[in-house]
Amino acid sequence: MAEIAAPTHRNPARWLVVAIPYIWLVLFFAAPFFIILKISLSDTAIAMPPYTPVFVGFGDISSFFAGLDLDNYSFLTEDPLYLDAYLSSLRIAFISTLLLLLIGYPMALAMARAPSTIRPTLMMLVILPFWTSFLIRVYAWIGILKPEGLLTLLLQTLHILGPDDQVQIYRTDWAVFIGIVYSYLPFMVLPLYAALEKMDGTLLEAASDLGCPPWKAFWRITFPLSLPGVIAGSMICFIPITGEFVIPDLLGGASTLMIGKTLWTEFFGNRDWPLASAVAVLLLLALVVPIVIFQNQQRKVS
Amino acid sequence: MARSLGPVKRKFSPWTEPHAVPFIRFENITKRYGDFVAVDNLSLDIYEREFFSLLGPSGCGKTTLMRMLAGFEAPTEGRILLQGKDLANTPPYKRPTNMMFQSYALFPHMTVEKNIAFGLEQDGLPKGEISARVDEMLKLVKLEAFAKRKPAQLSGGQRQRVALARSLAKRPKVLLLDEPLGALDRKLREETQFELMDIQHTLGLTFLIVTHDQEEAMTVSDRIAVMDKGVVMQVATPAEIYEAPNTRYVAEFIGDINILECAVVANTGEILQPGHPPVVRLDSRGVPIAVEQECAAVTGASVAFAIRPEKVRIALDQPVDVSVNAVHGEVWDIGYLGDFSVFLVKLADGRVVRAAQANVSRLVDRPITFGDMVWLTWPLDAGLVLTR
Repeated sequence: MAEIAAPTHRNPARWLVVAIPYIWLVLFFAAPFFIILKISLSDTAIAMPPYTPVFVGFGDISSFFAGLDLDNYSFLTEDPLYLDAYLSSLRIAFISTLLLLLIGYPMALAMARAPSTIRPTLMMLVILPFWTSFLIRVYAWIGILKPEGLLTLLLQTLHILGPDDQVQIYRTDWAVFIGIVYSYLPFMVLPLYAALEKMDGTLLEAASDLGCPPWKAFWRITFPLSLPGVIAGSMICFIPITGEFVIPDLLGGASTLMIGKTLWTEFFGNRDWPLASAVAVLLLLALVVPIVIFQNQQRKVS
Repeated sequence: MARSLGPVKRKFSPWTEPHAVPFIRFENITKRYGDFVAVDNLSLDIYEREFFSLLGPSGCGKTTLMRMLAGFEAPTEGRILLQGKDLANTPPYKRPTNMMFQSYALFPHMTVEKNIAFGLEQDGLPKGEISARVDEMLKLVKLEAFAKRKPAQLSGGQRQRVALARSLAKRPKVLLLDEPLGALDRKLREETQFELMDIQHTLGLTFLIVTHDQEEAMTVSDRIAVMDKGVVMQVATPAEIYEAPNTRYVAEFIGDINILECAVVANTGEILQPGHPPVVRLDSRGVPIAVEQECAAVTGASVAFAIRPEKVRIALDQPVDVSVNAVHGEVWDIGYLGDFSVFLVKLADGRVVRAAQANVSRLVDRPITFGDMVWLTWPLDAGLVLTR
């Protein structure tokens, strides 16, 4: 046994398999993060690249480190714009996630309770939007929501709106919520469905048998047992929504304040890479907290 | 450790009393799923405090019948009455029945305590009363030490006890048990069967149990309904089912039995022993058989002669009278079961008859062994004529 077992530990292929994900993480997560972190500690400059100091070699390493400071971070705390943008992002993400839960939960429940023969079809319908480009789908919402768009036309045809009235949703927070809820719904429905689908139906029979009417059984049995799905779906939606840029940029108005948009403006509009990097680092830290909570919860459940 | 026994059991047979009112009545129940008939025009009465078994192979409709009583399925036709009240419009959560599920269906996110309290909380009982009842139930199933555990942290036997405690906590008028002991090993199952009987007796509840295990049904029940393909074949006490099955199906489903195809030779009311029933004379491929039994079979009819192996005597020496109820054959195989030995005896025409003999002494050498020529005999009242 030992003669066979020992060589496998030294097998280079084995190490390669284990190393690949780590190499991936180092190359595409850790390294970019440290580059961003470094830029966030630099000062802006009219140069290429647009910041100083630039790492040129180990000979000059002490003056390189001396050039790094926390000025950008202190600037972020001085201008209320950034805090407002963070808070506004969190607010929009929170409300969107709540809306997603309210819409996604009944959908997932209906899917899980549907006859097993039509479940694959329902699943297809949920995934179907992914077959079209995300950008095109968001643009389509502009066509629907703009004042002279399809929604106005529909409501006018149904005589709900007068011929001169128009729907005023486009370029408001409402349009952003609609766009976000539409785009993220599958990410909410799928984890909820996975949690609800594996639930044992006899538990509800048992609850009913013990005198618990169906609506009460939902809150006592179904919902608590689907909590892992609720948390997973909420995290999968909440985290990217907080940093969302495309949807607020295309559907939101001038007053829609989101950190993703602010970051974009700092980076491309003002060419202030160090400040934009500081914003990005803080955004990352702000999101690590919910992820840690999520993982703790997962550990508790299992 | 000796099991503490409950009060001594008294004779209990309300079904023999003409004026007894059934507690549960299934009235011409039919249940169809599309073209499939799960339960076919079935009527059945169950009495208060009865321990009643529905016994049959899987797919015979026994679970469907129980689920209709619990309210999870509605009969296609017919009525279910509980204490004379039609249950049709009563949803499961308002029925005075509780069920112990085959899968136990314990709530995985609740502790043992919470699981047991669940039904009581639905009734809105005061907190103190709930916890008192939960403690009582935990004591009943000997799980006091496990109150704070989640179902996943329990063994199979412990889970089964939690399920039992949960279904008993509300003191239901009827407790439904769906294959309750299926997942337990033999020893634990036997123990639990006796505990179930004690609990049923002590609490004075009506138990309806669904099982495919005939031994289990025989052990625990006051009466058994043997079912096949949605129909009740026979309803009787375990002893009656065993000693006087009404059909070949019931005879073969319960226990071990020899079936010999016969033709009726004479059924003339001939009395051989004063005070006994008249004798039916049969012929089974040249073997003359006489059975003391009231029977409607006419001369020439094809019937089955059925006899349990333990009622067949086996001997090496030829008995005095071999004119009737005696066959000669060779010991073909012996099954040693500890308490019993079963001898498979091959007759001259190739048929095999089983004879069982209690191993009353610790045999060093078995007197009857493979290849011995033996005589099998049985008394006039040992076997049965089955016309169906």
